[in-house]
Amino acid sequence: MAKGIFVFAEVKDGKIKKVTYELLCAARKAANALGEEVCAVMAGKGVSGLAAALGEYGADKVFVAENDALDKFTTDAFTNVIGSILQEQQPSAFLLGFSIRGRDLAAQLAQRLGTGAASDCTNVEVENGQLVFTRPIYAGKAVVKVSIPEARPAIATIRPNVLPIDAPAAGKTAEVVAVSANAGDVRQVIKDIVLQVSSRPELTEADIIVSGGRGMKGPENFPLLEALADVVGAAVGASRAAVDAGWVPQSIQVGQTGKTVSPTLYIACGISGAIQHLAGMGSSKCIVAVNKDPEANIFKVADYGIVGDLFNVVPILTAEFKKILA
Amino acid sequence: MKILVLLKQTFDTEAKITIEGGKISRSGVSMIINAYDEFAVEEALKIKENLGGDVTVVSTGGDGVQDALRQALAMGADKAVLVDPGTDDVDEFTTATILAKAVSGLEYDLILAGWRAVDDGSAQVAGRVAEILGIPIAKLATKIDVEAGKATATCEIEGGTEVIEVPLPAIITAQKGLNEPRYPSMKGIMQAKKKPMDKKGLGDLGLDAGAVAAKVKVLSVSLPAARAAGKVFDGEPADTAAAVVKALREEAKVI
Ligand SMILES: Cc1cc2nc3c(=O)[nH]c(=O)nc-3n(C[C@H](O)[C@H](O)[C@H](O)COP(=O)(O)OP(=O)(O)OC[C@H]3O[C@@H](n4cnc5c(N)ncnc54)[C@H](O)[C@@H]3O)c2cc1C
Ligand SMILES: Nc1ncnc2c1ncn2[C@@H]1O[C@H](COP(=O)(O)O)[C@@H](O)[C@H]1O
Repeated sequence: MAKGIFVFAEVKDGKIKKVTYELLCAARKAANALGEEVCAVMAGKGVSGLAAALGEYGADKVFVAENDALDKFTTDAFTNVIGSILQEQQPSAFLLGFSIRGRDLAAQLAQRLGTGAASDCTNVEVENGQLVFTRPIYAGKAVVKVSIPEARPAIATIRPNVLPIDAPAAGKTAEVVAVSANAGDVRQVIKDIVLQVSSRPELTEADIIVSGGRGMKGPENFPLLEALADVVGAAVGASRAAVDAGWVPQSIQVGQTGKTVSPTLYIACGISGAIQHLAGMGSSKCIVAVNKDPEANIFKVADYGIVGDLFNVVPILTAEFKKILA
Repeated sequence: MKILVLLKQTFDTEAKITIEGGKISRSGVSMIINAYDEFAVEEALKIKENLGGDVTVVSTGGDGVQDALRQALAMGADKAVLVDPGTDDVDEFTTATILAKAVSGLEYDLILAGWRAVDDGSAQVAGRVAEILGIPIAKLATKIDVEAGKATATCEIEGGTEVIEVPLPAIITAQKGLNEPRYPSMKGIMQAKKKPMDKKGLGDLGLDAGAVAAKVKVLSVSLPAARAAGKVFDGEPADTAAAVVKALREEAKVI
């Protein structure tokens, strides 16, 4: 019989990604309710040293696959290795982050294992002995609750930055199980990787995001937002208007055709609040808007709105934050 | 070069969502080609213009999906295939199973899709189709080069991009930035009316309701609670900015 709630432990740049802890804590609560164990699955090269400490966040066991062929992430190698672990262990559920890698694997693995998958979930609960997943759909304009009643494992990807991380149980270690990893036939050949160097947090994981729109007037003004971002430790985002004008890269666009973000604090500067923008940031816990138009739609969703010229307001905001954070 | 595009018809991104009889209502909603699939159609047409060949758009859905397919034909695609799933109770497994079956009856070197559907999309269908067909996938492409036997795609990864080479046939999913989709010309719209639209049912593909039955069950559909309107500060920047920072610390406790 299928047993155990499994979690994909995502490693990036030699570190466990934050969403992994969110997944483990959610899995732990569900597993307690169902009387099951929590296992993490980790794959890569030189990653096993990270495994035992996942116990602090609720993992009972960690299956680790180490292999030179897993040094760089490829869909094929990771699907083959993790697929064989899941086939062997027969878990009842498998949770991944709705990150670029997590959702890639979820689709592939769900089909290989002949099961269903719920994508981009914002909650996991146990109801009547089964997992129930909450998914915002239509860009957050509707919400569905779904279950995967029969097929196993029930697969779900969870939106990063939404579920809480419980205080770690210091010193608790997980049992580490090394598994032999056959990466199989890998058809994706990685020719080149180009990374933007940035000291700022990743957009989908950031606690605070400062975003700029058409009201920024040009790329030369984004340093204004960067200065604010640096004071509060934020990531910088943008509306599609700013991206399409070529002021900032596509990778920082927030919205329906950009990133979906759920920071604790989202500060929108010179953004009107079009429905497609709200789609990407509407689940932020607290929204601040700076806009010179008192009728701007963004004020309908903002917890705190400042009517004013951003070129005057933003530097003062930066100075005020600096004061209280000093 | 024979290119297939998996195309989903979706709600317009401006659409207001209402629920009727426990389901999301389609009435009065204008329908569009999924934004990412439009990039996929455009890319297919560009590859065809460079290398020759033809472009077939493939979809599964109700009869109304013909409008989206006709639009792709008007942009310049050569043929369309539409499979009616015969039910509303579909999930990604259903859709992928149908599409893969429809596709396996066609000749192809390259399949293009969107990375996600902008409505209830889950970024699963393309990966599932690749898995069923046993062909490699590259996701989130912002640039695609095709040569004999292989494709090279520049793909978004966290914090940057990577260049992935895959042997053909392969599936590649489109990310925004890949291209600027063209508008159909008047001539294109006229020609589209005469282009082949192959309509099929599950039985024509050798499938039945059991073979495509959804694995995911919807328990409830609801509208989210609207965000309550907050406080708006109007006045001298020195005062408003200070008041908001104070409120963020003392009231919202987020800083
Ligand atoms: C299919 C589709 C997908 C889309 N996807 C996205 C998406 O993912 N993300 C997204 O953002 N948009 C998306 N859009 C576009 C969206 O509809 C809007 O066009 C876009 O969000 C507008 O960006 P903006 O708010 O920066 O610009 P505008 O709407 O032009 O607003 C600029 C705002 O700046 C204010 N302003 C100007 N000067 C100042 C100043 N000095 N001080 C303070 N305020 C000032 C103005 O009052 C105005 O409210 C999409 C559209 C479609 C059709
Ligand atoms: N019903 C469908 N018909 C044709 N293609 C689809 C359909 N659903 C999804 N796709 C394709 O799969 C991509 C991802 O969709 P999804 O997995 O639903 O987010 C879309 O961008 C389309 O290319």
